[in-house]
Amino acid sequence: MVNRIVTGAHYGLRDWLAQRVTAAVMAVYVSAVAGWALLQPALGYDVWTELFSGNMMRSFSLLFLLSLFYHAWIGVRDIVMDYVKPASVRLLIHVSVILALILYVIWAVQILWGL
Amino acid sequence: MRFKIYRYNPEADKAPYMQDYELDLQAGDAMLLDALMMLRQQDDSLGFRKSCREGVCGSDAMNINGRNGLACITPLSSLKQPIEIRPLPGLPVIRDLIVDMTQFFKQYHSIKPYLVNNDPPPETERLQSPKDRAELDGLYECILCACCTTACPSFWWNPDKFVGPSGLLQAYRFLADTRDQDTAARLDNLEDPYRLFRCHTIMNCVDVCPKELNPTEAIGKIKDMMVKRMV
Repeated sequence: MVNRIVTGAHYGLRDWLAQRVTAAVMAVYVSAVAGWALLQPALGYDVWTELFSGNMMRSFSLLFLLSLFYHAWIGVRDIVMDYVKPASVRLLIHVSVILALILYVIWAVQILWGL
Repeated sequence: MRFKIYRYNPEADKAPYMQDYELDLQAGDAMLLDALMMLRQQDDSLGFRKSCREGVCGSDAMNINGRNGLACITPLSSLKQPIEIRPLPGLPVIRDLIVDMTQFFKQYHSIKPYLVNNDPPPETERLQSPKDRAELDGLYECILCACCTTACPSFWWNPDKFVGPSGLLQAYRFLADTRDQDTAARLDNLEDPYRLFRCHTIMNCVDVCPKELNPTEAIGKIKDMMVKRMV
């Protein structure tokens, strides 16, 4: 194969936008949880269990974690693009990161719904 | 006045080195380029580019005390001694302060830096309203000195793929031009994780631009256009 500089993978905008949207989701979640925590007179095990007992909070938390994972994927991929040049090594790292993040999603569901 | 200047002649030197120079000169109104010209009278092997000597041609861009700038419009009085002068970072050195700008201009050409208009040429000229013309302010003034692009870490890591702040400012200059008809193709050309989106808003470009232009803002406007096109 000739060694040409190839560019033109059309996902620049999509990922850039996704990173902004996921950042907004994370900001809302963190502010909401922090605000809620500040309003509690005492923060014990019972209070936290109560908060996470409803499906609403569990779903919101999962949305936060999905945003975090997707955000992290784009960030890690950007770093790998800058510093890892051989395409094969880069692909290997990309696949490993994606698989790890998918595992985190499964794990997060298990924790949130106490499976 | 003391100077430390990067010297490298690939034909004679094994490695680059810093050479000390002294000049009997009061800073006054003199610019750094004046001092370099005097130093060249002392040592005619010192290599640097210059042409207009008034900040218009962009030939004498160099790294001055760790910051990219044009020697001809940098007052000596503003510089801490010893004044350390190096070539622009991130580009191959041809000799001393002279760098190989091929990569920089390749990226510049890649954004089609010319008006694309398929209408038959009018008899006189393609007129713009003053409002439309004002859109080009802050864009057309770029002199392609490469101070911004070579100060950009994203360009250091991916000079072959990332267009760089200067090229992107020029890209927006043509996207913003009401006489241009190639908007879609221009946006397609940049819709890539490398060419435009390697910009992480570090803003070194804005910090060093000797013409006080704002490539980061132009890049943001290109992104806005892309979002508008997508949604």
